[in-house]
Amino acid sequence: MQPLKGLTVLEFSQFMAGPSAGLRLADLGARVIKIERPKTGEAGRNIATKNMYMDGSSLVFHTANRNKESYGADLKNPADLQKIRALIAQADVMTHNFRPGVMEKIGLDYETVNAINPKMIYGTITGYGTKGPWVKKPGQDLLIQSLSGLTHLSGNADDAPTPFGVAVADMICGTHFVQGILAALVRRNKTKLGAWVEVSLMESVLDLQFEVLTTYLNDGKKLPQRAKVNNAHAYLQAPYGVYKTADGHIALAMGSLTKLGQLLDCDALTTFQEPTSWFSQRDDIMAILKDFLVQKTNNEWLAMLDPHDIWCAEVLHYERLLSSEVFRLLEMDQYIPLQNGEVFHTTRCPIKFNEQPIFSPKPAPRVGEHTDSINLEFNLL
Amino acid sequence: MSKPLEGILVIDMSQFLSGPSASLRLADLGARVIKIERKGSGDLCRNLYISNVEMNGESSMFQAINRNKESFEADLKNPIDKKAVFQLISKADVFIQNFRPGVIERLGFSYTALKAIKPDIIYAEISGYGKKGPWKDKPGQDLLVQARSGITALTGNQDSDPTPMGIAVADIFAGSHLTQGILAAIFQRDISGEGCKVEVSLLESVLDLQFEMITTFYQDGGQPTVRTKTNNAHAYLGAPYGIYKSQNGYLAIAMASIPVLGNLLECPALLVFENTQSWFDQRNEIKKILANHLLTQPTEHWLSKLEPADIWCAEVMNWHKLMQSEGFLSLDMLQKVQMTDGYVYETTRCPIRIDGELLTSTKGAPKLGEDTNVISQAFLAN
Repeated sequence: MQPLKGLTVLEFSQFMAGPSAGLRLADLGARVIKIERPKTGEAGRNIATKNMYMDGSSLVFHTANRNKESYGADLKNPADLQKIRALIAQADVMTHNFRPGVMEKIGLDYETVNAINPKMIYGTITGYGTKGPWVKKPGQDLLIQSLSGLTHLSGNADDAPTPFGVAVADMICGTHFVQGILAALVRRNKTKLGAWVEVSLMESVLDLQFEVLTTYLNDGKKLPQRAKVNNAHAYLQAPYGVYKTADGHIALAMGSLTKLGQLLDCDALTTFQEPTSWFSQRDDIMAILKDFLVQKTNNEWLAMLDPHDIWCAEVLHYERLLSSEVFRLLEMDQYIPLQNGEVFHTTRCPIKFNEQPIFSPKPAPRVGEHTDSINLEFNLL
Repeated sequence: MSKPLEGILVIDMSQFLSGPSASLRLADLGARVIKIERKGSGDLCRNLYISNVEMNGESSMFQAINRNKESFEADLKNPIDKKAVFQLISKADVFIQNFRPGVIERLGFSYTALKAIKPDIIYAEISGYGKKGPWKDKPGQDLLVQARSGITALTGNQDSDPTPMGIAVADIFAGSHLTQGILAAIFQRDISGEGCKVEVSLLESVLDLQFEMITTFYQDGGQPTVRTKTNNAHAYLGAPYGIYKSQNGYLAIAMASIPVLGNLLECPALLVFENTQSWFDQRNEIKKILANHLLTQPTEHWLSKLEPADIWCAEVMNWHKLMQSEGFLSLDMLQKVQMTDGYVYETTRCPIRIDGELLTSTKGAPKLGEDTNVISQAFLAN
């Protein structure tokens, strides 16, 4: 099932947040056309992890831009801009993440676009919204994480501020952007009217922290205290954490510490009978567990805990997870042939409709690859 | 402005965070959300997923996740209650559940059963690990999913233990993906007249969050994930990407040319790294030089050198400082909500703006079963 089949999305967005949203819309069935600067294309084509490139663009670009087409246009060239305006008249959604003011200068701001196509869903991503002193700051993931307080939640009490090791602000913001666009499309089915959908990396990463921020706002504004050792969540009680064992690591989530002590045969835990102590003496308890759990292997501990429905798990790395039977049965990966003959191996969309996973064999486009065919198809003269 | 989902009715049988975070978003977008809660005890989140902060008799977590919703209390093993819930579902657009595989069938609320009473229902479900394979019956709990997903190898430094993200990212991303699926399905239903089943799992969602790393792993021949020795912020990016201690705090520096940084910061040791390949290959060495150098002056000093040159950098803030900053205040990100007994609390709002307007709501979380009678009278009159 392709719920968005028939919709055309114009993607002026670059880097990760906007393109990851475009990818989701594409996998849900929309036709996504990237509008790119001729020859060089979007800047994300040159942002690489491990300096890795395929078919002329960075691996990261391929990951976030598969299943799309590319139309080359110089937005400062009046002839190109005229074609883009004609394309906008025939599209359903457009997205961009230019800094505030840029689209106004080009002449593709919301009001202008709305006059060309009143049914257009116009999506904007910014770093920090459109007013205030941060508006001109670069909307980059690590900087947003750092300003937002997020770096005080991971790692242990004495560690430096610890950022999340994925571009979590970009990723969460991309999901919110898709939500806003889809909700506006639902409204458009009824009203026949377009909408202006705005998200920002900062608001999205604050929303990501909504539970813990709500706690902070209502507990007299006490700053989060990470556990001294084995921290996994500043606001949850012992044993919540990841622990080293004789041959690896295991995670222990929430549960009765009394029961845990009995099952592990850990006498030192029996003194913590009172559930309130699982919070107030969290560091003591976790230190005991830390010293205790190194004695046996993952399998030995899990054999003691699993049958009793204690929430625990072995910590895995990609090597083991991605070659496991579990992963094979998830059918979470796909192989996509590129135009230069290389094969690109990546993941798929995480949503299923009517029990069917969504695979999309179309690779990321080369810059301007579809300019001529789109000119013909949409009659752009 | 009319909110985009006005007129949509969501019946939410899900618990904890993943499903309820999805229904919170739907509520903020304008849908009416009714939680179906177990008689006597309610959503397990009320008792099991708790911080040490209680607000008006419930954990702060529950109050954050369940504002802007109603609560209908029912014993699903009692035929009268069950019939009432079926009647509610017959008028609903969306149904959400996140029980372990098999449970919903036993309760009698499978997709097949609900389709029989509401043919165009959008049936949304979240599992821990999908519905086949050796993990299908394992508890779908955030930390356990993080542990199994490889994500704990990405945060912290090289010699740290595996480090989970200190937010329930598996739950939150799965909830966010479920919301996407539900909205796409409503859009399609309004055109085709047909409902569908939408599924996500915590594991697949947290793998999607890592799509950049997993794809790199596939293409680099399966090299182990290696965090940098110090100042790690991303295992797959070169120097200077990281957070650094200054004389009086911390600052973050994202991507930048190392020799350019060397000049701006007056750190000659960095000037030798002219080859861009070395910024990745020798990142531990570069980060060490940078870390030692940045200790010598306060954060403001460094930012005043870097910001005018358009280097991507920022001060690292905690929530105190953030919430006093003009940048934060300009976002208008907080709102006050009120429970029916008058208790008022402050929380964040929906992060999406539509037509320039914020999506706010003043309704607090419901007490267990507080809407049961009103809903019974309105929906179940005959």
